Amino acid sequence: MSGVPWGETRLVQGNEAVALGALAAGIDFFAGYPITPSTEVAEILAREMPLTGGKWIQMEDEIASVSAIIGASLAGARVLTATSGPGFSLMQEGLGYACMTEVPIVIVNVMRAGPSTGLPTQVSQGDVMQARWGTHGDHPVIALAPCSVEECFNLSIRAFNLAESFRTPVILLPDEIIGHMRERFTFPKQDELQVLPLSEPNVPVEWYEHYHQTASGVSPMARFGRGYRFHVTGLTHDVHGFPTRRIDEVVPKMNRLKQKITRRLDDLEQNEIHGVDESSVVVFAYGSVFRSAMAARDILAKKKKKIGVFRPVTIWPFPDRTVKEKLDNKDVIVVCELNQGQLIHEVERLTSDSVRVVPMQRYDGYGITPEQIVSKVMEVS
Amino acid sequence: MAAHLPYEYIYLRYKKKFPHVWCPGCGIGIVMGSIIRAVDTMNWDMNDILLVSGIGCTSRMPVYLDFNTLHTTHGRALAFGTGAKLANPALKVIAVMGDGDALAIGGNHLIHSARRNIEITTIIVNNNNYGMTGGQFSPTTPPGTFTATTPYGMMEPGFDICSLAQGAGAVYVARGTVYHVMELDKLIAGALEKPGFSVVEVLAPCPTNFGRANRLGDAVKMMESLRDGTITQVQAEKLPPEERVGKTVRGVFLDREDSEGYTARYARLCEQAAGGVSGK
Repeated sequence: MSGVPWGETRLVQGNEAVALGALAAGIDFFAGYPITPSTEVAEILAREMPLTGGKWIQMEDEIASVSAIIGASLAGARVLTATSGPGFSLMQEGLGYACMTEVPIVIVNVMRAGPSTGLPTQVSQGDVMQARWGTHGDHPVIALAPCSVEECFNLSIRAFNLAESFRTPVILLPDEIIGHMRERFTFPKQDELQVLPLSEPNVPVEWYEHYHQTASGVSPMARFGRGYRFHVTGLTHDVHGFPTRRIDEVVPKMNRLKQKITRRLDDLEQNEIHGVDESSVVVFAYGSVFRSAMAARDILAKKKKKIGVFRPVTIWPFPDRTVKEKLDNKDVIVVCELNQGQLIHEVERLTSDSVRVVPMQRYDGYGITPEQIVSKVMEVS
Repeated sequence: MAAHLPYEYIYLRYKKKFPHVWCPGCGIGIVMGSIIRAVDTMNWDMNDILLVSGIGCTSRMPVYLDFNTLHTTHGRALAFGTGAKLANPALKVIAVMGDGDALAIGGNHLIHSARRNIEITTIIVNNNNYGMTGGQFSPTTPPGTFTATTPYGMMEPGFDICSLAQGAGAVYVARGTVYHVMELDKLIAGALEKPGFSVVEVLAPCPTNFGRANRLGDAVKMMESLRDGTITQVQAEKLPPEERVGKTVRGVFLDREDSEGYTARYARLCEQAAGGVSGK
């Protein structure tokens, strides 16, 4: 196989769909370091990218990988790295650097069970909070959690578009089950895709500000080697990118970093909601667990028991408004996660005391089954 | 480039970014001067030059120079530089780092950049300690000397930067000092000309921290020590072994012509791949 099989129907693996989505989005540069269970992404791109002159490099570790993609993005490339738990931990400083310097990058973190080496070949959703708060300091984050092979492909493309549109890192968070499962998938036709071109400033060189203040908070970014000479630093900086400690420059920078996300929540929010309005009991699930939740919903329907299912596709920023609007009037919300409780705190934060928020958690390296969700729902409602 | 103008008008962000952060008597400004003069001999378009650094005193250099400039995370200058160079091979990438940045936290990237022979000119300013954080020991602090974290004397042996670079696969390796400035200009120019991974170690004084902790005298005294404590390769050959003890040798230790740079090799690999050459 070579390139994206546009318009064809294939049996495709989740990680493969991530890699092909990256090719569909026009990836120019990949740097990575081998780690289970994400390695297929690197392997497929190692095979495909040199065929069309794309740049692919295996670095000496994950710190070097994230650093290399930031350097490549600044030099004009559409960039990706792929990793898993321990590697994602090593990338955190670089991730924060990209947030601070507003460099578009995409990181795929196929979630395996931790902490530490943990269960390297087995599933978890333990990196949800690491994705949000893994790097130090206040910072914006966008993270997407696919639940199918089709979504691995589509969200991979979306991740590149969001990174470019928001000039910030985007994290794609499939869990190991999603990364390694195979499904029948019909690839779209090439002309059905929307891929954002890389931004270019359209001002004279002497007017260029690398962090120009705009209504959206995001300004077109120049790249190294094209005539705009600018400075990039992880130190807190002014609109030109030069270090500053002036309060009247530090505070606007920090505010803009936050607001460029919060002002455009509608562009980011993506949920999948089934029968929530008609049910007093709702299962909240994402990633592979969502699939079990939908199967549980079918089993319960046969028993004349109605439940709703709520899935955030974009998990960061968390869909505060929609969760409050849709779930704050329920009797019971069962939050199903492959961890000891991470997104459940967000649901609890957004719902009143009258709503019972019940955990359904598994952290033994295996997925949550539909039967487990069925019995939990029967137990609590 | 327009060499008739004073260098500061061409290469420095002189209106915006001065005075600089370095202490009186620091050697890093002299290295910056040498880099400017060496770059000037290359007739490069400033838009094509990327100066990348990590964290530390030396790594503050990019902000003062009017190239594309990238001040990264501690130790990672070469990893960022590798990404930029591979993404856009037309860029002339120069990495400046201190001894702690390049050899301790960034040591892994140094040896692997050398092994790959990525086309980056690497300049390591060796002042024997971490200056910015207040003078702690580094991988080049001489045994027995005192720093903020070796109050009883340095007990670890140090790295020889030039031997390390040669062993790891760099194609141009040289050592100079900030006392021998005209020689340094030439060493750096030689590195810039190399289409591969080149390393120039520059010995420099840190009178504020390392000098004071070891009672080495003021900045002038420390410069004199560079004059008296180093010898050229020719001098080294002439001296009897007992008189060479304690002297550091300056000069070009390696200048290989036979090795292809990483991005050139990568371009060939792409051609082969498109032509159907595969391991499977």
